[in-house]
Amino acid sequence: MDKLVAAEAWTRADLLGLEHLSAEEITVILDTAERLKTMTGGCAGKLDLLRGTTIANLFFENSTRTRTSFSLAARRLGADTIDFSSSGSSLSKGETFIDTAKNIEAMNVDAIVVRHRTPGTPHLLAQNVECCVVNAGDGAHEHPTQGLLDIMTIREKRGQIEGMTVALVGDIAHSRTARSNIWGLQKLGAHVIVCGPSTLVSRHWEKLGVEVAYSLDAILPRCDVLNLLRIQFERQLMRPFPSVREYALLYAMTGERMARAKKNILIMAPGPINRGAEITPEVADGPHSVILHQVTNGLAIRMAVLWLTHSAANQGAP
Amino acid sequence: MSSILIKNGRVIDPSQGMDRVTNMLIEDGRITAYDVKVEEKPINGSMHLIDATGKIVAPGLIDMHVHLREPGREEDETIRSGTAAALAGGFTSIVCTPNTNPPMDSQGTVQFVQQQAAEADNCNVYPMACISKNRAGKELAEMGTLVEAGAVAFSDESSPVANSELMRRALEYLLMFDKPVLNHPQVAELTADGVMHEGLVSMVLALPGMPAEAEDVMTGRDLSLAESTGGKIHMMHISTAGSIDMIRRAKTRGVRVTAEVCPHHFSLTDEALRSFDSNFKMNPPLRDSNHLDACIAGLTDGTIDVIASDHAPHAVEKKMQELDQAPFGAISLETSLALVITNLIQPGHLDWMTALEKMTINPAQILGIAKGTLQIGSDADVTIIDPEDTWTVDPETFYSKSRNSPFVGKSLTGRADTVIVAGRVKFERGS
Repeated sequence: MDKLVAAEAWTRADLLGLEHLSAEEITVILDTAERLKTMTGGCAGKLDLLRGTTIANLFFENSTRTRTSFSLAARRLGADTIDFSSSGSSLSKGETFIDTAKNIEAMNVDAIVVRHRTPGTPHLLAQNVECCVVNAGDGAHEHPTQGLLDIMTIREKRGQIEGMTVALVGDIAHSRTARSNIWGLQKLGAHVIVCGPSTLVSRHWEKLGVEVAYSLDAILPRCDVLNLLRIQFERQLMRPFPSVREYALLYAMTGERMARAKKNILIMAPGPINRGAEITPEVADGPHSVILHQVTNGLAIRMAVLWLTHSAANQGAP
Repeated sequence: MSSILIKNGRVIDPSQGMDRVTNMLIEDGRITAYDVKVEEKPINGSMHLIDATGKIVAPGLIDMHVHLREPGREEDETIRSGTAAALAGGFTSIVCTPNTNPPMDSQGTVQFVQQQAAEADNCNVYPMACISKNRAGKELAEMGTLVEAGAVAFSDESSPVANSELMRRALEYLLMFDKPVLNHPQVAELTADGVMHEGLVSMVLALPGMPAEAEDVMTGRDLSLAESTGGKIHMMHISTAGSIDMIRRAKTRGVRVTAEVCPHHFSLTDEALRSFDSNFKMNPPLRDSNHLDACIAGLTDGTIDVIASDHAPHAVEKKMQELDQAPFGAISLETSLALVITNLIQPGHLDWMTALEKMTINPAQILGIAKGTLQIGSDADVTIIDPEDTWTVDPETFYSKSRNSPFVGKSLTGRADTVIVAGRVKFERGS
């Protein structure tokens, strides 16, 4: 039987976001993820920490990567998984999403991993089901495991978060990755910059201690990390910038920009990346890019989150 | 008909500037005397004595913005349940909105509502009627016929009158009937898909916002049209500093504008949405503290004439949806008075006289109805209020069919104790 002791600091049976987690709680997740990564030989092997449990993916929005990552994470810990997607399910017959979740729970599912286009839906779900709820993305509000895997990658490569200057670049307004990163990074003492077109980066962020920049070139020399967000065509209501070409001109990470960046800068992206839009192939595949490390760390973070929430639920957390 | 003697209550009647402890006599459905000595009137079977010691005796409260939902959405509320909720909230007269199904754009529907109200025999119900046919915002409804049928005011609520030419026509046409236009100021294209106030909180929560400008742009338009036509406009559920400022200045120029604010806009801010609870989703949305403060300032300086509930019941399952799917609105009849007392009177923003004015004589005058007063000879519509009664909001105990209150679990002070309509006791707390 594999052994792992959950830190006492972790008492949550749900993970809905990073905004209200303490620095200590975030650190527990990162430490647990690192341990699990080691125990599985780099997320390759299997453990039996969640053997006998069932984890359901309830995805109301399309996703292959995140869903696959959660499924693999669950199975690497020995859990059984099932997938529900909204199309073709009883939702199309008029069932409310809460009834759908309750029906799934009634099949003795231990955890529901939920992705939905509307912010707050995981929160509503958590109030209405007994099992663990993990937010895999609620609209542009939060994507906690993405934020965590990004932070884990920075910590792994640079040793710490405190004092780092991390710039999130792109469509901040519609990005759950950006928001989760902002909360997590700030809690751990990083200086966060949000950089993008003025139609997509609100000055309100300054009230929360985040630096706002419209010019990537202006901030580039100060950045230890760049996290390049994807331009999200499917989430925008009206085009807030004129063309992909113009976006790339102003914000794409190119070899030319790399030459003006810090020598040990980290290039990150949540993926999927649009080669030629927010990042050029030479940068995506270059020595500063840690994009694929992020993917591996995603598995580790998701294993950690599934195991920690499960442990807390077993201890009687609400 | 029996008489009622209300003994030893603090009678506050803004229409007379009256505020004193005295006895009030009601006979044959009318207020007949004050300062009546109890011993003089024989207490026999036909005299009902109400001891109002420690209570406030006010003119029957008037709520000029209530969604009764019938006909068409009886699952949310009926005229019977809505008027029962009104009584429990202390209201003796309410004005119901025309966004029923079918809408109140014809004599038939207006008369149906009045008949249902008469049958329910709870509080008085005065119907609004639509400005446009089918509430479609294109052609004027037959307003003259609707006035004949009993309509007291005209609105396309919950839709704004988007077409400026239609608004101008409505203001001009209603001049001859001396009835007000009630508008819901909201520029639809500025609030597309909006779920809450646009500001810092909506940015953090990543919810599409409804900016203050969406209200201000149309308020400005309506004031301009009211000024040029000389028509009577009443701005519904005003929630922004900008609109209040414009209304204040328009009044100094003699524009015939009146305005109302809802209790949730002087009680809650957009911070409430951090819970993602759809009970806080309403239109106009809960805004930030600057706007809330402006609403209170507007109430204090008289810019805002009326406090109205915008009672918007929705069956439980409708609110139990994803936040962007849940309908806008909150039930409000049974908490309005307590919110006025707890959040306006107790903190010292308004005194009783000014607060009651906005719930009695002001709405009555705007609507042109002979209510909202305790002058001798007037209808005996009386609300006896316990100003000290502290209670916890539990919608399960409400008379409304719906449960969507943003104040669930909150401790509030003040409640209607006894409600008298046309000289008959229609509601008694605890019975």
